[in-house]
Amino acid sequence: MPKVKIKRKSTAIDMTAMCDVAFLLLTFFMLTSNFTQKEPVAVNTPSSISEIKIPDRNIISILVDAKGKVFFGADGQDNRVQLLTKMGAAYNITFTPAELKEFSLVNKFGVPITMMKSYLALKSEERDLPQNALGIPCDSLDNQFKSWVSAAKGINRDYRIAIKADQATSYPVIKKLMGSLQDINENRYNLLTSLKSVPDYE
Amino acid sequence: MSEVAAESQVKQKGKTKKMSTRVDFTPMVDLGFLLITFFMLATTLSKPQTMEIAMPSKEKVTEEDQTKIKASRAVTILLGKENKVFYYEGTRENNVDPVLNQTDFSPKGMRQFLIKKNYEIMVKVRELKAKKDAKKLSEQDFEKQKQELIGDKKAPIVLIKGTTDSSYKNLIDALDEMAICNIGRYAIVDITPFDLELLAKKL
Repeated sequence: MPKVKIKRKSTAIDMTAMCDVAFLLLTFFMLTSNFTQKEPVAVNTPSSISEIKIPDRNIISILVDAKGKVFFGADGQDNRVQLLTKMGAAYNITFTPAELKEFSLVNKFGVPITMMKSYLALKSEERDLPQNALGIPCDSLDNQFKSWVSAAKGINRDYRIAIKADQATSYPVIKKLMGSLQDINENRYNLLTSLKSVPDYE
Repeated sequence: MSEVAAESQVKQKGKTKKMSTRVDFTPMVDLGFLLITFFMLATTLSKPQTMEIAMPSKEKVTEEDQTKIKASRAVTILLGKENKVFYYEGTRENNVDPVLNQTDFSPKGMRQFLIKKNYEIMVKVRELKAKKDAKKLSEQDFEKQKQELIGDKKAPIVLIKGTTDSSYKNLIDALDEMAICNIGRYAIVDITPFDLELLAKKL
């Protein structure tokens, strides 16, 4: 009786199809991606039922952490250069071209303008350390926040203001920010929130 | 024998060896997935949600404007500490203080009161939305008619006032309730000594 011969199959699989899928997905992700931007502090936004999306461009983003420190960022590298030049002129600080270039790469910062020079001299990974992220002063005596926003608005009228604050940020801080914005006649702005579903009320 | 061997060698030399056209794709797939992983981790697929608010400009807001609101329509929400909410209707009349009620932002709390207060408009908005969902109404018409409805003369006006102990989350929750209950007129205003007095009495 002949033995049953088990046919030995090759273990090599045709990878072509898998490769196709992989690259298809890769293309999709490459085209749809806009990169997560690094933020100096972690902020946990409150959730809301609002479903309006924020536009991609022309955004002044204001970040407020739980302790009430304020960070500022405007998009567009050319605008940033103009912005710092303008702010430097207003506060009598002259920035070198190298510093301006460095500033144009900073996404969000939170230092008083007087410390901007030393801040820009730091390495980018050192900038977000707690001792270097001081927040922009925005009290009634020294309201640099107001100057930043109005300077940015002066450069680009289309800028929209988006405030991203932490759940635990205390109300007076927000009130102060809103008051500052009101002072410079910026009465429309966006509050960033995360999505929560609309409740059914039956 | 040796001849045969030599002959076969000659033959092999002349034959062009057929190479397999198959390429091993495994490293390429590896690379593909590596890049996919990178892009997946580095992207933000969902854009953050926003809430648009428009505040009144500073010059226009005067004491007179603030008191112009009819007391019967006014609802004041006070954001207290530890996520507590207080509300009262109207204002002090004939030396009688309005009743200050304590509640929270759960569906059974603040929302219940606002729904009761704004019931007629909510029903109308819901009918409108049903119409829109049934494709009988375009998006723009829906928005327009909704704005007309919620701007109704009899609709309540809500004043949101935060105490120093409240948080940003409370403010967003309060604004959310306005959206859920279709309240068209609301404002974020400063807390007054009168409100603090009421709160102090309650606590």
